[in-house]
Amino acid sequence: MAETTISGRLTNLANPTRFLELVGRFLPWLAAIALLLTFAGLAMGFAAPEDYQQGSTVRIMYLHVPFAWISMFCYMLMAAAALGTLVWKHPLADVALKAAAPIGATFTALALATGSIWGRPMWGTWWVWDGRLTSVFVLFLMYLGILALTRALDDPQRSARAAAILTLVGVINIPIIKFSVEWWNTLHQPASVMRLDGPTIHPSLLWPLLVSAIGFTLIFFTLHLMAMRAEIWRRRVAVMRRMAAKRAENRAPA
Amino acid sequence: MLALYIRDVKLGIRAGGGALVGVLFFLAVIAVAPFAIGPDANLLARIGPAMLWIGALLASLLGLDRLFQVDREDGSLDLLILGSSRHMLPLTVFVKCLAHWTASVLPLVVAAPVLGLLMNMSPLATFATALTLLAGTPAIVFIGAAGAAVAVSLPRGGLLVSVLVLPLVIPVLIFGVSASYAASTQPDPFLPPFLMLCALMLFFAVIGPLAAAVALKGASD
Repeated sequence: MAETTISGRLTNLANPTRFLELVGRFLPWLAAIALLLTFAGLAMGFAAPEDYQQGSTVRIMYLHVPFAWISMFCYMLMAAAALGTLVWKHPLADVALKAAAPIGATFTALALATGSIWGRPMWGTWWVWDGRLTSVFVLFLMYLGILALTRALDDPQRSARAAAILTLVGVINIPIIKFSVEWWNTLHQPASVMRLDGPTIHPSLLWPLLVSAIGFTLIFFTLHLMAMRAEIWRRRVAVMRRMAAKRAENRAPA
Repeated sequence: MLALYIRDVKLGIRAGGGALVGVLFFLAVIAVAPFAIGPDANLLARIGPAMLWIGALLASLLGLDRLFQVDREDGSLDLLILGSSRHMLPLTVFVKCLAHWTASVLPLVVAAPVLGLLMNMSPLATFATALTLLAGTPAIVFIGAAGAAVAVSLPRGGLLVSVLVLPLVIPVLIFGVSASYAASTQPDPFLPPFLMLCALMLFFAVIGPLAAAVALKGASD
């Protein structure tokens, strides 16, 4: 009966063995769909017409925009996991947070790198201290801070709480990133897809973008689930080692 | 609470002269700037407010890791957490932050005008910078308390605290510097960024102690 509600299902997943089993069953499919969609999106992107001003550099958008979306999405996911750790003490929430941090940092770095490669021919500079660039850079720094913190504390339970609190405090930065282009109105162009009055991109460019965004999001989930699985295995190995050491210790005097 | 405040201020001033070292560090940072940039008086006057802010920010981050670690080492942190049944723990953290600010950050604010003189800043700009520091540095301490609490159980958490806190205080830095510039250059209004700075300070005064209290409860064993 508990399995019908969402919270019931989430509670059900709290058993790591059941989680591993589910992941093992779904992961190959998820990975296959993710790769397929990403390639389709990128292929559509190459087939799409060039922008009349930007020429073929517009194609970086099919990488840059999904990376940037995922970098924010990943942080929100980590914030939700942090709530799960602090409020419901869900045993997998902490694993999810810890596994997501390096992936989020990578996607943020990629978003910054692709944006910078695009900015060189278009804006004539690799980097400007514009509102959005700066706030995304701060996001990158926060990912690195969370990474450093989770690596610095060796007790998993304590590091889980500490990382969760830090993640929740850092969540103030996400609205700043989202609205930075409207508040400061600087070099980075304002939102053109997620708008109340409909997207301002031409459909021929929008569709490849959406497909590749979904594809990259699925890739993110695949990587995230794989990282979570690895983290659970790592913890099990650590526990087994400790138990083996204890057993050896008990046997030694006899 | 008042007793805790007085105790912390006394400890902060007496124990190894922490406040004085902070001011010395601030002085050193400011003194290094002309060597790096060159002794051009006009240039120094122009970047003066920014340099003062950066120096004060670094100097106030310097002592943050000791905020809870000293208490953890002599065991009084456990007593404070146990006492949370009588006083709310966030309130205790808030008082500790205020005491830390009075003992080791307020001297920086007092020293800022003197250093502004060294940077060849106009009296108005110096005064405005000191005022923004007065409003902005509590925010650094409050949000820094959360960072210090998260890393309290680490033996050498000092560097980590700075790395964790620095991205979070960037908004404070932005509005602080823009307010102090607005005071000296005529067309920009001074009040809006200054009020934003005060708002940030009040916001962090709520968020920081709350987060720090949760982290401290988790870190105690």
